[in-house]
Amino acid sequence: MKRQQWLGATGISLMCLLLIVALVIHLSIGTKVIFISDILHSFYTYNEDNFDHLIIQELRLPRAMIAICVGACLAVAGALMQGVTRNPLADPSLLGMMTGGALAVVYWSTFVTNASLIWLPVVAAVGALISAIIVWNIAARTHSGITPLSLILSGAAFTAFSGALLAIHHLLDEQTFEEMRTWLVGSLLASNIETLYWCIPWIVVGLIGAIVLAPSVTALSMGEEIATGLGINVRRRKWQLLVCIVILTSAAIALAGPLGFIGLVIPHVVRFIVGADYRWIIPYSILLGAVYLLSIDSLARWLIQPQEIATGLITILMGAPLFIWLVKVKVR
Amino acid sequence: MKNFVPIALKLTNLDSNNKIPKRMTINKKISHSTLTAKNLVVGYTTPVVKGIDLEIQPGKMNILIGSNGCGKSTLLKCLARVLIPISGEVLLNHQNIHSQPAKQVAKIMALLPQGPIAPEGLSVKELVAQGRYPHQSFLKQWSIEDEAAVMQAMQQANITELADSAIAELSGGQRQRCWIAMVLAQQTDIILLDEPTTYLDLKVQVDLLELLTEMAHQHQRTLVIVLHELNIAAAYADHLIMMKEGKIYTQGTAQDVFNAENLASVFGLNTKVITDLESNTLICIPIKKRGHKESL
Repeated sequence: MKRQQWLGATGISLMCLLLIVALVIHLSIGTKVIFISDILHSFYTYNEDNFDHLIIQELRLPRAMIAICVGACLAVAGALMQGVTRNPLADPSLLGMMTGGALAVVYWSTFVTNASLIWLPVVAAVGALISAIIVWNIAARTHSGITPLSLILSGAAFTAFSGALLAIHHLLDEQTFEEMRTWLVGSLLASNIETLYWCIPWIVVGLIGAIVLAPSVTALSMGEEIATGLGINVRRRKWQLLVCIVILTSAAIALAGPLGFIGLVIPHVVRFIVGADYRWIIPYSILLGAVYLLSIDSLARWLIQPQEIATGLITILMGAPLFIWLVKVKVR
Repeated sequence: MKNFVPIALKLTNLDSNNKIPKRMTINKKISHSTLTAKNLVVGYTTPVVKGIDLEIQPGKMNILIGSNGCGKSTLLKCLARVLIPISGEVLLNHQNIHSQPAKQVAKIMALLPQGPIAPEGLSVKELVAQGRYPHQSFLKQWSIEDEAAVMQAMQQANITELADSAIAELSGGQRQRCWIAMVLAQQTDIILLDEPTTYLDLKVQVDLLELLTEMAHQHQRTLVIVLHELNIAAAYADHLIMMKEGKIYTQGTAQDVFNAENLASVFGLNTKVITDLESNTLICIPIKKRGHKESL
């Protein structure tokens, strides 16, 4: 098993090719099928009067971009989380960040008059950050400190609690519920392209941070003592990684709402392909996360056209069987 | 997204034919670093280590023994800066270890904790390569020196043939060799090991300690090892440190300190210490209670 030989140039180019294929499929399918030649024309010789070009550039491309960013963010956030907590079940939603972010957005849109879209990512980010800090602190206060078990338990408690708050809010305020309904199951809308411009710098910071810190995540995944022995300031490094995770998760929540399962499943698929070294897991997570969400979103738009299913539901509908298959193959 | 790819391509480009490049000469200059503890008090809620002054002997096998809960592992963890002392300090090259940059310290001192667990799916060579972490930076990812150090460490630990196997497939002894190779690849003057032989067969224990002794005596590394097995400790220690109730009871060569009185007072164990004339090694034999056989 000579993994390194194909992990580099070959593997990465293969993944990029896969990404391009997924992108082309995503752009071409929909209520109106647009062929690849027209897609290319819309890039090189854009014609405002051509309806196809308009659909591609104004509707489908923004949505594809959002799918790529969200998929990459969630997959990397999940991978980092699983490495740092040494818990294969960790993902942004299990540690309360998804519901926390959602709760913040719902409260904000209810109580703040003329809530502007520009602040949505910030609000989601603050909500996710606060949730992460709360869960981290509850776990740290347990007898054994921060362990995989204490993090999962406090995360589960917090998720249930904030989920209940969300539910209460829905019952009392039907109007907000109607407005937020699609957002809350997670959906990709081309209208969010403005949010994407706001999020892009953050996403870039988060992803670069993840790539730079990746080698130390491998060390941390071998335990805190090993990491200390290898010269990592464990406390400080965990905070830096937590900041990365929060940035990436918040950006994803801001763009697509609380999309579940990508952060859990994709890192496992990646590990299945590339092994346990985060120097490889992170770049592959970026690419595979993007490919996965692009494909899922294509399905969401294609299955019951001309209508579409919320992307968040398809990610779970597709993710769960994939996860079960992984469990079957990996756990013996 | 593709902008990130070229960076990733340069990472861990491990040479797969497992040979040290010919041009490489691996003459690591040995400079003896010193490790001392000054009036060290360490603990969690109550102190476990209660005021220890200790000078680790450079280039020797320093072996810590003592009964369960005497604080020997806690002391080692504090020397390795996993635990922060309540009072007192650990000095590495005459400077407080906690005030030195973590990565700088990791180039001088390595730690193998008790019962480490490898992440699932890591190959032997990938694990050993982790030992190069302190020598790398984001701009200097994988150099010829890194490759050579990993190959040399795998040769020394005798796991070269296992390079591409998954850690999970190995036996306990082989796995422990991999971890030792990882700390050897770190190329440090000082290596701390916390009970590296626990749960291993006697033969594997002896093999491991032979390897560690070679590191100390032929490669002038300083080893600090917490051990459980008394006879193994007596056989391999150049400097034997006996701990009792959070303090150092006595220390010295095995010939000086490994005797029935000390063992009785440190472990509360009645023993007879004899010398094997052939190897000149001390052996302790627990004294059975007289009535034992008859009562059965």
